[in-house]
Amino acid sequence: MITENTERINTATTILTRKEKEDSTTKKVIRVFCKNRIAFVSFIVLLIIIFSCLLAPLIAQYDPLEGEITDRLLVIGSEGHILGTDEQGRDMLTRILYGGRLSLLAGIVPVLIAGFIGSFLGIVAGYFGGILNTIIMRTLDIFYAFPAILLAIGISAALGQGINNIIIAISIVFIPPVARIAESAVKGVREEEFIEAAKSSGARNFSIIRYHIIMNVFSRLFVYCTTQISISLVLASGLSFLGLGVSPPNPEWGIMLNNLKQQIFINPLLTIIPGLFIFITALAINLVSDGLRDALEIKE
Amino acid sequence: MGVILEAVELKKTFPIKGWLGKTKGAVSAVHDVSFSLKEQSTIGIVGESGCGKSTLARLIMRLIEPDQGKVLFRGKDILTLSGAELQSVRKKIQMVFQNPYSSINPKLTIIDNVAFSLWENGVSKQEARKKANYYLEAVGLPRSYATRYPSSLSGGQRQRVAIARALVLEPEIIIADEAVSALDKSVQAQVLNLLQELKTEFSLSLVFISHDLNVVEYISDEVMVMYLGKVVEKGIANQIYETPNHPYTRALLNSVPSMEVGVSTLNNSPITGELPSPMNPPSGCRFRTRCPHAIEQCSNMYPPEIEIRTGQKVSCILYESSSREKVLL
Repeated sequence: MITENTERINTATTILTRKEKEDSTTKKVIRVFCKNRIAFVSFIVLLIIIFSCLLAPLIAQYDPLEGEITDRLLVIGSEGHILGTDEQGRDMLTRILYGGRLSLLAGIVPVLIAGFIGSFLGIVAGYFGGILNTIIMRTLDIFYAFPAILLAIGISAALGQGINNIIIAISIVFIPPVARIAESAVKGVREEEFIEAAKSSGARNFSIIRYHIIMNVFSRLFVYCTTQISISLVLASGLSFLGLGVSPPNPEWGIMLNNLKQQIFINPLLTIIPGLFIFITALAINLVSDGLRDALEIKE
Repeated sequence: MGVILEAVELKKTFPIKGWLGKTKGAVSAVHDVSFSLKEQSTIGIVGESGCGKSTLARLIMRLIEPDQGKVLFRGKDILTLSGAELQSVRKKIQMVFQNPYSSINPKLTIIDNVAFSLWENGVSKQEARKKANYYLEAVGLPRSYATRYPSSLSGGQRQRVAIARALVLEPEIIIADEAVSALDKSVQAQVLNLLQELKTEFSLSLVFISHDLNVVEYISDEVMVMYLGKVVEKGIANQIYETPNHPYTRALLNSVPSMEVGVSTLNNSPITGELPSPMNPPSGCRFRTRCPHAIEQCSNMYPPEIEIRTGQKVSCILYESSSREKVLL
C-alpha cells in the first residue's frame, strides 16, 4: 500500500502555481467589471481626472497662484482660458488641475487611514468578542453622538487650518462606521463551520483571521470604503469652503468654490466649475464602486 | 482491540443570559455522557435534533470546554493539555461538519481549503498542496477541481472536500457530525461508502453522529442513543436494532418508515408529544413525559445504567425490577 501511496503522491504533484490561479480570478473580476458600461465609463473618466491632475504642470500653461489682473473673471471659452479666469485673473483650468491634487488626496487618504484602522478595530472586536468587543465598539459609539460633518468641523477647528489636519479630522470621522461594518461582517463569518474546522486543526487566531476572516469580509469592506471616497472628497471640500482647510492662495476645489461665491451674480457659470468637478469625481467614484461590488460578488 | 477514545461523564450546560447579563437559566445540553470507542471501529450516536449530539462532538474536539468530565485519547486526558501537547492531540481527532455549504471557506480554492490545516502545522505551502492533492484524489475528487473555488461544487463534492480536509492531518479519529444529513439520498450512499473505504484504508476510528437511524445502522459497530442530553441506551449495533430495549429506542425505531411491501409502520405507535425544553428537563428519567410505560418511580431518580446483556446497556427503571415484560410487550 505504501508504494501505491507514493505513486499517488507522485501523480498528484502537478499543481498550478499560485500566480496563475490568482490571475484567473482577477481576470474574471476585470471582465465582469468592463462589461458594466456605466462603471467602465466612470472608471475612464476617473482615470482622466486623476492623471490630468497628476500631470498638471505639463497640461496647464499658467501659474496656479499668480494671475493677470487685467484678465479677471473671463467667461468660459475665452481665448487662452478655456474655463475662464477667477476673481484674481488666474486660469481656472490650471487651478482646477492643481486643486484636484489636494482634493483627491483629501478624498483618498482619509479613507485609506480609516479603512485600515477601522477594519483592524472591527475585526478584533468581532472576532474576539466579549469584553474587548464592548470596549472597542462602545467607545466608537461615542462618535455617533455627533453628526459627521459637525464632528469633522470640530476636530479640524481644534487642530487648526491645513490639509493635514483635514485628513486627520476626516479619518477620525470615518473610523467608527468602517469598524462597525467590519465587526458585523466578522461576526457573521465567525459562526461559519469552516472557522471551527480551522480551530480544530490547531490554527492560530492570527492565521484564522488572515485566511478565513479577512478573505471573507474584504469585498464588503472594500466596496464600503470606495463609496466613502466620494463622501470624503465632498467633506474635505466642505471644510475648505468653510475656511478650515487649505489656505489661500493654494488651489483646492472647496476653497475655490468659496472664493468664487461672491461672483455668483456676475459670472454664475464660472462659480459652478469647481462644484461640477467635485460632483463628477464623486459620482464617478460611486459608480465605479458599484460596478466593483457587482464584479466582486460574481467571483464568489 | 484497545480503546482509543473515551468520554467519561461529560457534562455541559449553557447559561442563558437575561437582562444586564444576569443568568436566567441554563440549558443542559450534555449530561453525564460516557462512551468508549474501540480502535478502528465506529460508534454511531443517534437522537432527535436538540439532544446534544453536536455539543458532544464539540466537547470531544474541545471546541467547547465541558463543565466536568474527561476526554481520554489513548488514556491521556485531552482537557488538561495545553500548548504544543494539545496541538499534537488535536491533529489526531478531526471533524467533518454538518453543513457542507458553511464548512468550506468560499474564498479559498479547494486545494487551499484542504492544505490550510497542514501549513498551519508547519508544513511548507508547496508540500502541503502536494499532500492535499493526494487526499483530494483519495476522496475521489477530479484533479481539475483543485484550483476551483467551492462555489462551483455540489453538496456531495463539498462534503468530499471536507473529508479530505479532515484526513489531511492524518488523524486517528474522525468525528462525522451529521456529515451526510444535508445530502441527497444517492449522494449520502456515496459519501457513506467513501467513509467506510477511507476508514479501512487509513485505519481510522469513527464517531458517527446522525439522526438517521438507517444510516447509523449501516455504518456503526456500536450505537449510542441519546435523549435530551442523556444516554438512554448503548450497545452493539445489531443487537440494538434487533431488540431495542429502552422505550425511547423502541419508539425511535418504530418511527422509521419501512420500505417493505405490506408492512405499515405508521400504526406502530410513534413518539407522541414534543421534546421537553432542555432549559427545564423533567425530573428523574428525562423521557418519562413521553414514555408510554412511565410509572410513578420514574420521576424520582434518573435510572441507572443496567446491563441487559454483554455490551448492551439501558437506562430505564423498568429493567431494574420484575416489570421488564411490560416494556417488551
